[in-house]
Amino acid sequence: MSGVHDEHGHHHREPESVLSLRVRALESLLIEKKLVSSEAVDRIVSAYEEDIGPHNGAKVVARAWVDPAYKQRLLADGTAAIEELGFGGVDLQVVENTPGVHNLVVCTLCSCYPSALIGLPPVWYKSFEYRSRAVREPRVVLREFGVDLPETVEIRIWDSSAELRYLVLPQRPPGTERLSEAALAELVTRDAMIGVAVVPAPAAR
Amino acid sequence: MNGIHDMGGMHGFGRVEREENEPVFHARWEGRLFGLTNAFRRQRLGNIDEFRHAIERMAPVDYLGSSYYERWLDGNVRLLVEKGVITREELERRMAQLASGPDPAPPHSDPDLLARMLRRLKERPPFRQPGPPPRFTLGDRVLTRSDAPARHTRLPRYARGKHGVVARVHGSYIFPDTNAHGKGEQPHPLYSVRFDAAELWGSSAEPCAPVHLDLWERYLEPAAPARSTS
Repeated sequence: MSGVHDEHGHHHREPESVLSLRVRALESLLIEKKLVSSEAVDRIVSAYEEDIGPHNGAKVVARAWVDPAYKQRLLADGTAAIEELGFGGVDLQVVENTPGVHNLVVCTLCSCYPSALIGLPPVWYKSFEYRSRAVREPRVVLREFGVDLPETVEIRIWDSSAELRYLVLPQRPPGTERLSEAALAELVTRDAMIGVAVVPAPAAR
Repeated sequence: MNGIHDMGGMHGFGRVEREENEPVFHARWEGRLFGLTNAFRRQRLGNIDEFRHAIERMAPVDYLGSSYYERWLDGNVRLLVEKGVITREELERRMAQLASGPDPAPPHSDPDLLARMLRRLKERPPFRQPGPPPRFTLGDRVLTRSDAPARHTRLPRYARGKHGVVARVHGSYIFPDTNAHGKGEQPHPLYSVRFDAAELWGSSAEPCAPVHLDLWERYLEPAAPARSTS
Protein backbone atom coordinates (compact mmCIF):
# COMPACT_ATOMS: atom_id res chain seq x y z
CA MET A 1 0.00 0.00 0.00
CA SER A 2 1.38 3.36 -0.98
CA GLY A 3 -0.49 5.41 1.61
CA VAL A 4 0.12 5.82 5.33
CA HIS A 5 -2.51 6.47 7.95
CA ASP A 6 -2.23 8.43 11.19
CA GLU A 7 -3.95 7.48 14.44
CA HIS A 8 -7.16 9.09 13.19
CA GLY A 9 -7.22 6.97 10.05
CA HIS A 10 -6.57 9.97 7.85
CA HIS A 11 -4.71 9.34 4.67
CA HIS A 12 -1.42 11.02 3.85
CA ARG A 13 0.61 10.77 0.71
CA GLU A 14 4.01 9.29 1.15
CA PRO A 15 6.93 11.68 0.65
CA GLU A 16 8.46 11.75 -2.80
CA SER A 17 11.70 10.39 -1.34
CA VAL A 18 9.96 7.17 -0.23
CA LEU A 19 8.15 6.73 -3.55
CA SER A 20 11.40 7.28 -5.41
CA LEU A 21 13.21 4.79 -3.18
CA ARG A 22 10.48 2.16 -3.65
CA VAL A 23 10.64 2.47 -7.43
CA ARG A 24 14.46 2.23 -7.33
CA ALA A 25 14.14 -0.89 -5.19
CA LEU A 26 11.61 -2.39 -7.59
CA GLU A 27 13.89 -1.73 -10.55
CA SER A 28 16.88 -3.14 -8.67
CA LEU A 29 15.05 -6.36 -7.74
CA LEU A 30 13.78 -6.92 -11.26
CA ILE A 31 17.22 -6.30 -12.77
CA GLU A 32 18.66 -8.81 -10.29
CA LYS A 33 16.02 -11.31 -11.42
CA LYS A 34 16.95 -10.54 -15.05
CA LEU A 35 13.37 -9.49 -15.85
CA VAL A 36 14.15 -5.94 -16.96
CA SER A 37 17.17 -3.96 -18.03
CA SER A 38 17.91 -0.34 -17.19
CA GLU A 39 18.57 0.30 -20.86
CA ALA A 40 15.04 -0.83 -21.80
CA VAL A 41 13.53 1.51 -19.21
CA ASP A 42 15.80 4.36 -20.38
CA ARG A 43 14.72 3.93 -23.97
CA ILE A 44 11.00 3.87 -23.20
CA VAL A 45 11.31 7.01 -21.07
CA SER A 46 13.24 8.83 -23.78
CA ALA A 47 10.80 7.68 -26.48
CA TYR A 48 7.91 9.27 -24.58
CA GLU A 49 9.89 12.35 -23.56
CA GLU A 50 11.44 13.04 -26.96
CA ASP A 51 9.82 11.25 -29.90
CA ILE A 52 6.16 10.60 -29.17
CA GLY A 53 3.85 13.55 -28.58
CA PRO A 54 1.03 15.73 -29.86
CA HIS A 55 3.12 16.75 -32.89
CA ASN A 56 2.60 13.25 -34.31
CA GLY A 57 -1.18 13.48 -34.03
CA ALA A 58 -1.03 16.99 -35.48
CA LYS A 59 0.56 15.58 -38.65
CA VAL A 60 -2.32 13.13 -38.99
CA VAL A 61 -4.88 15.94 -38.56
CA ALA A 62 -3.15 18.23 -41.04
CA ARG A 63 -3.00 15.46 -43.64
CA ALA A 64 -6.73 14.84 -43.20
CA TRP A 65 -7.41 18.56 -43.68
CA VAL A 66 -5.54 18.77 -46.99
CA ASP A 67 -6.35 15.34 -48.43
CA PRO A 68 -10.07 14.39 -48.50
CA ALA A 69 -9.33 10.82 -49.56
CA TYR A 70 -6.96 10.41 -46.60
CA LYS A 71 -9.60 11.84 -44.28
CA GLN A 72 -12.06 9.22 -45.49
CA ARG A 73 -9.57 6.44 -44.86
CA LEU A 74 -8.72 7.90 -41.44
CA LEU A 75 -12.36 7.99 -40.34
CA ALA A 76 -13.03 4.49 -41.71
CA ASP A 77 -9.92 2.82 -40.23
CA GLY A 78 -7.75 5.06 -38.09
CA THR A 79 -5.31 2.29 -37.23
CA ALA A 80 -4.45 1.65 -40.90
CA ALA A 81 -4.47 5.34 -41.85
CA ILE A 82 -1.88 6.39 -39.26
CA GLU A 83 0.34 3.51 -40.40
CA GLU A 84 0.47 5.24 -43.80
CA LEU A 85 2.27 8.11 -42.03
CA GLY A 86 4.61 5.79 -40.13
CA PHE A 87 2.75 5.81 -36.80
CA GLY A 88 1.37 2.85 -34.87
CA GLY A 89 1.20 1.16 -31.51
CA VAL A 90 -2.47 1.99 -31.07
CA ASP A 91 -5.85 0.77 -32.29
CA LEU A 92 -7.34 4.11 -33.28
CA GLN A 93 -10.84 5.43 -33.87
CA VAL A 94 -10.98 8.98 -35.23
CA VAL A 95 -14.12 11.07 -34.72
CA GLU A 96 -14.74 14.21 -36.77
CA ASN A 97 -15.91 17.58 -35.53
CA THR A 98 -18.34 19.37 -37.87
CA PRO A 99 -20.40 22.56 -37.53
CA GLY A 100 -23.14 20.45 -35.89
CA VAL A 101 -21.12 17.92 -33.88
CA HIS A 102 -18.35 18.37 -31.31
CA ASN A 103 -16.57 15.28 -29.95
CA LEU A 104 -15.08 14.89 -26.49
CA VAL A 105 -12.90 12.00 -25.28
CA VAL A 106 -12.65 10.72 -21.70
CA CYS A 107 -11.83 7.51 -19.84
CA THR A 108 -14.04 7.33 -16.74
CA LEU A 109 -12.59 4.00 -15.51
CA CYS A 110 -8.87 4.72 -15.78
CA SER A 111 -6.76 6.72 -18.24
CA CYS A 112 -7.16 5.23 -21.74
CA TYR A 113 -5.68 7.63 -24.30
CA PRO A 114 -3.97 7.33 -27.72
CA SER A 115 -0.56 7.63 -26.05
CA ALA A 116 1.47 5.84 -28.71
CA LEU A 117 0.41 8.58 -31.15
CA ILE A 118 0.08 11.79 -29.10
CA GLY A 119 2.09 11.01 -25.97
CA LEU A 120 1.05 10.45 -22.39
CA PRO A 121 -2.11 12.18 -21.18
CA PRO A 122 -1.93 15.37 -19.13
CA VAL A 123 -2.65 15.09 -15.41
CA TRP A 124 -6.07 16.74 -15.79
CA TYR A 125 -7.20 14.02 -18.23
CA LYS A 126 -6.50 11.43 -15.50
CA SER A 127 -8.01 13.57 -12.74
CA PHE A 128 -11.08 12.55 -10.74
CA GLU A 129 -12.68 15.87 -11.72
CA TYR A 130 -12.49 15.22 -15.47
CA ARG A 131 -13.29 11.51 -15.26
CA SER A 132 -16.39 12.03 -13.13
CA ARG A 133 -17.79 15.12 -14.85
CA ALA A 134 -17.04 14.87 -18.59
CA VAL A 135 -19.79 12.30 -19.19
CA ARG A 136 -22.48 13.96 -17.08
CA GLU A 137 -21.92 17.69 -17.65
CA PRO A 138 -19.75 18.00 -20.75
CA ARG A 139 -21.02 21.49 -21.59
CA VAL A 140 -20.04 22.82 -18.16
CA VAL A 141 -16.63 21.14 -18.40
CA LEU A 142 -16.08 22.51 -21.91
CA ARG A 143 -16.93 26.03 -20.74
CA GLU A 144 -14.26 25.66 -18.05
CA PHE A 145 -11.85 24.95 -20.89
CA GLY A 146 -13.09 28.06 -22.70
CA VAL A 147 -15.24 26.24 -25.26
CA ASP A 148 -18.82 27.53 -25.21
CA LEU A 149 -20.99 25.70 -27.73
CA PRO A 150 -24.64 26.43 -28.49
CA GLU A 151 -27.18 23.77 -27.55
CA THR A 152 -27.80 23.18 -31.24
CA VAL A 153 -24.34 21.61 -31.46
CA GLU A 154 -24.42 17.97 -30.41
CA ILE A 155 -21.66 17.01 -28.00
CA ARG A 156 -20.65 13.40 -28.48
CA ILE A 157 -18.78 11.97 -25.55
CA TRP A 158 -16.56 8.96 -26.14
CA ASP A 159 -15.85 7.08 -22.91
CA SER A 160 -12.84 4.90 -23.80
CA SER A 161 -13.84 1.64 -22.15
CA ALA A 162 -11.93 -0.75 -24.46
CA GLU A 163 -8.56 -1.02 -26.19
CA LEU A 164 -9.68 1.31 -28.97
CA ARG A 165 -8.37 4.79 -28.50
CA TYR A 166 -10.16 7.93 -29.63
CA LEU A 167 -8.73 10.95 -31.42
CA VAL A 168 -10.78 13.99 -32.34
CA LEU A 169 -10.33 15.40 -35.84
CA PRO A 170 -10.89 19.11 -35.14
CA GLN A 171 -12.47 21.48 -37.67
CA ARG A 172 -9.99 23.26 -39.89
CA PRO A 173 -10.08 26.93 -38.91
CA PRO A 174 -11.19 29.52 -41.46
CA GLY A 175 -8.55 31.60 -43.18
CA THR A 176 -6.05 28.75 -43.50
CA GLU A 177 -6.60 27.99 -47.19
CA ARG A 178 -3.09 29.16 -48.14
CA LEU A 179 -1.24 27.36 -45.36
CA SER A 180 0.97 24.39 -46.12
CA GLU A 181 0.33 21.01 -44.52
CA ALA A 182 3.31 21.58 -42.19
CA ALA A 183 2.02 25.02 -41.19
CA LEU A 184 -1.43 23.56 -40.53
CA ALA A 185 0.09 20.89 -38.27
CA GLU A 186 1.63 23.70 -36.20
CA LEU A 187 -1.87 24.96 -35.38
CA VAL A 188 -3.15 21.64 -33.98
CA THR A 189 -3.02 21.26 -30.20
CA ARG A 190 -3.22 18.25 -27.91
CA ASP A 191 -6.36 19.65 -26.30
CA ALA A 192 -8.08 19.97 -29.69
CA MET A 193 -7.38 16.28 -30.36
CA ILE A 194 -8.99 15.37 -27.00
CA GLY A 195 -11.93 17.66 -27.76
CA VAL A 196 -11.54 20.24 -24.98
CA ALA A 197 -10.41 22.95 -27.41
CA VAL A 198 -11.07 24.10 -30.93
CA VAL A 199 -8.26 25.03 -33.28
CA PRO A 200 -8.29 28.83 -33.50
CA ALA A 201 -7.77 30.71 -36.76
CA PRO A 202 -4.13 31.88 -37.07
CA ALA A 203 -5.05 35.57 -36.75
CA ALA A 204 -6.69 34.90 -33.39
CA ARG A 205 -3.56 33.34 -31.95
CA MET B 1 -16.70 -4.24 -9.37
CA ASN B 2 -18.41 -1.31 -7.69
CA GLY B 3 -15.03 0.31 -7.16
CA ILE B 4 -13.90 3.81 -6.43
CA HIS B 5 -12.24 3.86 -9.87
CA ASP B 6 -15.67 3.76 -11.56
CA MET B 7 -16.08 7.54 -11.49
CA GLY B 8 -18.28 8.39 -14.45
CA GLY B 9 -21.13 10.67 -13.33
CA MET B 10 -20.03 11.01 -9.68
CA HIS B 11 -20.86 14.27 -7.97
CA GLY B 12 -18.64 16.22 -5.62
CA PHE B 13 -15.47 16.79 -7.62
CA GLY B 14 -14.60 20.35 -8.48
CA ARG B 15 -13.20 22.20 -11.46
CA VAL B 16 -10.74 20.50 -13.79
CA GLU B 17 -7.37 22.04 -12.96
CA ARG B 18 -4.91 22.41 -15.80
CA GLU B 19 -1.16 22.83 -15.70
CA GLU B 20 0.51 24.90 -18.41
CA ASN B 21 3.58 23.41 -20.11
CA GLU B 22 3.23 20.21 -18.18
CA PRO B 23 6.26 17.88 -18.26
CA VAL B 24 5.80 14.29 -19.48
CA PHE B 25 6.85 13.05 -16.05
CA HIS B 26 6.76 15.18 -12.90
CA ALA B 27 9.52 13.23 -11.14
CA ARG B 28 12.23 10.85 -12.31
CA TRP B 29 10.60 7.93 -10.48
CA GLU B 30 7.40 8.35 -12.50
CA GLY B 31 9.33 7.77 -15.73
CA ARG B 32 11.23 4.79 -14.29
CA LEU B 33 7.94 3.25 -13.14
CA PHE B 34 6.33 3.86 -16.52
CA GLY B 35 9.26 2.17 -18.27
CA LEU B 36 9.26 -0.74 -15.79
CA THR B 37 5.54 -1.25 -16.33
CA ASN B 38 6.10 -1.44 -20.07
CA ALA B 39 8.79 -4.04 -19.45
CA PHE B 40 6.55 -6.15 -17.19
CA ARG B 41 3.95 -6.24 -19.92
CA ARG B 42 6.45 -7.43 -22.55
CA GLN B 43 7.76 -10.03 -20.09
CA ARG B 44 4.20 -11.29 -19.55
CA LEU B 45 4.37 -10.63 -15.82
CA GLY B 46 0.73 -9.56 -15.91
CA ASN B 47 -1.59 -8.39 -18.67
CA ILE B 48 -3.17 -4.94 -18.94
CA ASP B 49 -6.49 -6.15 -17.51
CA GLU B 50 -4.83 -7.74 -14.48
CA PHE B 51 -2.92 -4.49 -13.93
CA ARG B 52 -6.08 -2.36 -14.12
CA HIS B 53 -7.83 -4.70 -11.71
CA ALA B 54 -4.87 -4.52 -9.31
CA ILE B 55 -5.27 -0.73 -9.21
CA GLU B 56 -9.03 -1.02 -8.78
CA ARG B 57 -8.50 -3.11 -5.64
CA MET B 58 -6.64 -0.36 -3.79
CA ALA B 59 -8.43 0.68 -0.62
CA PRO B 60 -10.76 3.50 -1.73
CA VAL B 61 -9.24 6.00 0.70
CA ASP B 62 -5.77 5.26 -0.70
CA TYR B 63 -7.03 5.49 -4.28
CA LEU B 64 -8.46 8.95 -3.66
CA GLY B 65 -5.42 10.11 -1.70
CA SER B 66 -2.83 9.00 -4.25
CA SER B 67 -1.47 10.51 -7.42
CA TYR B 68 -1.77 8.66 -10.73
CA TYR B 69 1.69 7.10 -10.61
CA GLU B 70 1.32 6.27 -6.92
CA ARG B 71 -1.66 4.16 -7.99
CA TRP B 72 0.50 2.56 -10.68
CA LEU B 73 3.16 1.75 -8.10
CA ASP B 74 0.63 0.23 -5.73
CA GLY B 75 -0.96 -1.81 -8.55
CA ASN B 76 2.34 -3.06 -9.91
CA VAL B 77 3.62 -4.15 -6.50
CA ARG B 78 0.30 -5.87 -5.75
CA LEU B 79 0.38 -7.70 -9.07
CA LEU B 80 4.04 -8.75 -8.86
CA VAL B 81 3.51 -10.04 -5.31
CA GLU B 82 0.40 -11.98 -6.36
CA LYS B 83 2.29 -13.46 -9.31
CA GLY B 84 5.10 -14.57 -7.00
CA VAL B 85 7.69 -12.42 -8.79
CA ILE B 86 8.65 -10.47 -5.65
CA THR B 87 7.66 -10.36 -1.99
CA ARG B 88 6.83 -7.25 0.02
CA GLU B 89 9.56 -8.13 2.52
CA GLU B 90 12.11 -8.36 -0.28
CA LEU B 91 11.05 -4.93 -1.54
CA GLU B 92 11.33 -3.38 1.94
CA ARG B 93 14.77 -4.94 2.40
CA ARG B 94 15.97 -3.60 -0.94
CA MET B 95 14.68 -0.14 -0.05
CA ALA B 96 16.70 -0.23 3.18
CA GLN B 97 19.80 -1.42 1.31
CA LEU B 98 19.53 1.35 -1.28
CA ALA B 99 18.96 3.97 1.41
CA SER B 100 22.29 3.14 3.02
CA GLY B 101 24.54 1.88 0.26
CA PRO B 102 25.14 1.06 -3.40
CA ASP B 103 22.73 -0.96 -5.54
CA PRO B 104 23.60 -4.66 -5.08
CA ALA B 105 22.01 -5.73 -8.37
CA PRO B 106 24.60 -6.65 -11.01
CA PRO B 107 24.03 -4.89 -14.36
CA HIS B 108 21.84 -6.83 -16.76
CA SER B 109 21.43 -6.38 -20.49
CA ASP B 110 18.58 -7.84 -22.56
CA PRO B 111 18.64 -6.71 -26.19
CA ASP B 112 15.69 -8.94 -27.05
CA LEU B 113 13.47 -7.34 -24.40
CA LEU B 114 14.50 -3.88 -25.58
CA ALA B 115 13.67 -4.80 -29.18
CA ARG B 116 10.24 -6.11 -28.19
CA MET B 117 9.48 -2.98 -26.18
CA LEU B 118 10.49 -0.66 -29.02
CA ARG B 119 8.56 -2.74 -31.56
CA ARG B 120 5.42 -2.47 -29.44
CA LEU B 121 5.52 1.33 -29.85
CA LYS B 122 4.95 0.89 -33.59
CA GLU B 123 3.10 -2.35 -34.19
CA ARG B 124 -0.64 -2.97 -33.99
CA PRO B 125 -1.78 -3.81 -30.46
CA PRO B 126 -2.68 -7.48 -29.91
CA PHE B 127 -6.15 -6.92 -28.46
CA ARG B 128 -8.16 -7.52 -31.63
CA GLN B 129 -8.39 -11.28 -32.14
CA PRO B 130 -10.54 -13.66 -34.22
CA GLY B 131 -13.85 -14.44 -32.53
CA PRO B 132 -17.46 -15.38 -33.18
CA PRO B 133 -19.59 -13.33 -35.62
CA PRO B 134 -21.46 -10.36 -34.14
CA ARG B 135 -25.01 -10.90 -32.94
CA PHE B 136 -25.96 -7.22 -33.27
CA THR B 137 -25.79 -4.87 -36.21
CA LEU B 138 -25.69 -1.13 -36.73
CA GLY B 139 -28.82 0.57 -35.37
CA ASP B 140 -29.88 -2.33 -33.14
CA ARG B 141 -31.35 -1.27 -29.81
CA VAL B 142 -29.70 -3.00 -26.85
CA LEU B 143 -30.07 -3.16 -23.07
CA THR B 144 -26.95 -3.35 -20.92
CA ARG B 145 -26.74 -5.89 -18.13
CA SER B 146 -27.55 -4.72 -14.63
CA ASP B 147 -25.22 -7.15 -12.82
CA ALA B 148 -22.79 -5.66 -10.31
CA PRO B 149 -20.00 -8.24 -10.43
CA ALA B 150 -17.34 -8.09 -7.71
CA ARG B 151 -14.67 -8.74 -10.36
CA HIS B 152 -13.15 -6.61 -13.10
CA THR B 153 -15.46 -5.28 -15.79
CA ARG B 154 -15.42 -2.45 -18.31
CA LEU B 155 -19.15 -1.77 -18.17
CA PRO B 156 -19.26 1.36 -15.97
CA ARG B 157 -21.84 1.65 -13.22
CA TYR B 158 -23.54 4.65 -14.84
CA ALA B 159 -24.38 2.60 -17.94
CA ARG B 160 -25.80 -0.54 -16.32
CA GLY B 161 -29.37 -1.53 -17.13
CA LYS B 162 -29.58 1.22 -19.78
CA HIS B 163 -30.90 1.26 -23.32
CA GLY B 164 -28.62 2.26 -26.16
CA VAL B 165 -28.19 1.87 -29.89
CA VAL B 166 -25.33 0.11 -31.69
CA ALA B 167 -23.37 2.89 -33.43
CA ARG B 168 -20.46 0.82 -34.70
CA VAL B 169 -19.46 -2.83 -34.88
CA HIS B 170 -15.76 -2.90 -34.04
CA GLY B 171 -14.79 -6.55 -34.49
CA SER B 172 -13.71 -9.06 -31.91
CA TYR B 173 -11.56 -8.03 -28.93
CA ILE B 174 -10.01 -9.76 -25.92
CA PHE B 175 -12.53 -9.76 -23.04
CA PRO B 176 -11.16 -7.91 -19.97
CA ASP B 177 -13.67 -9.54 -17.60
CA THR B 178 -12.04 -12.95 -18.10
CA ASN B 179 -8.53 -11.85 -19.04
CA ALA B 180 -8.15 -10.02 -15.72
CA HIS B 181 -8.84 -13.24 -13.82
CA GLY B 182 -6.78 -15.90 -15.58
CA LYS B 183 -9.85 -17.18 -17.40
CA GLY B 184 -8.52 -16.65 -20.89
CA GLU B 185 -8.79 -13.98 -23.53
CA GLN B 186 -12.20 -15.10 -24.85
CA PRO B 187 -12.26 -12.57 -27.71
CA HIS B 188 -15.76 -11.70 -28.92
CA PRO B 189 -17.57 -8.81 -30.60
CA LEU B 190 -17.15 -5.27 -29.34
CA TYR B 191 -19.56 -2.47 -30.22
CA SER B 192 -19.73 1.26 -29.86
CA VAL B 193 -23.06 1.84 -28.13
CA ARG B 194 -24.69 5.26 -28.08
CA PHE B 195 -26.74 6.31 -25.04
CA ASP B 196 -28.94 9.39 -24.95
CA ALA B 197 -27.96 11.66 -22.08
CA ALA B 198 -31.48 11.49 -20.59
CA GLU B 199 -31.28 7.67 -20.48
CA LEU B 200 -28.15 7.97 -18.29
CA TRP B 201 -28.82 11.08 -16.23
CA GLY B 202 -32.58 11.56 -16.31
CA SER B 203 -33.92 15.07 -15.95
CA SER B 204 -30.49 16.47 -15.03
CA ALA B 205 -29.06 15.56 -18.44
CA GLU B 206 -27.56 18.26 -20.61
CA PRO B 207 -29.24 18.70 -24.01
CA CYS B 208 -27.77 16.91 -27.03
CA ALA B 209 -24.91 15.20 -25.20
CA PRO B 210 -25.02 11.46 -25.98
CA VAL B 211 -22.34 9.19 -24.52
CA HIS B 212 -20.69 6.41 -26.49
CA LEU B 213 -19.14 3.42 -24.77
CA ASP B 214 -17.24 0.48 -26.25
CA LEU B 215 -19.06 -2.55 -24.90
CA TRP B 216 -18.60 -6.28 -25.36
CA GLU B 217 -21.46 -8.42 -26.58
CA ARG B 218 -21.71 -10.22 -23.22
CA TYR B 219 -22.67 -6.90 -21.62
CA LEU B 220 -25.66 -6.58 -23.93
CA GLU B 221 -29.15 -7.99 -24.40
CA PRO B 222 -31.42 -7.30 -27.37
CA ALA B 223 -34.07 -4.66 -26.68
CA ALA B 224 -37.31 -3.88 -28.45
CA PRO B 225 -37.09 -0.88 -30.79
CA ALA B 226 -37.98 2.42 -29.14
CA ARG B 227 -41.57 3.49 -29.81
CA SER B 228 -41.64 6.33 -32.29
CA THR B 229 -42.64 9.62 -30.69
CA SER B 230 -43.42 11.34 -33.98
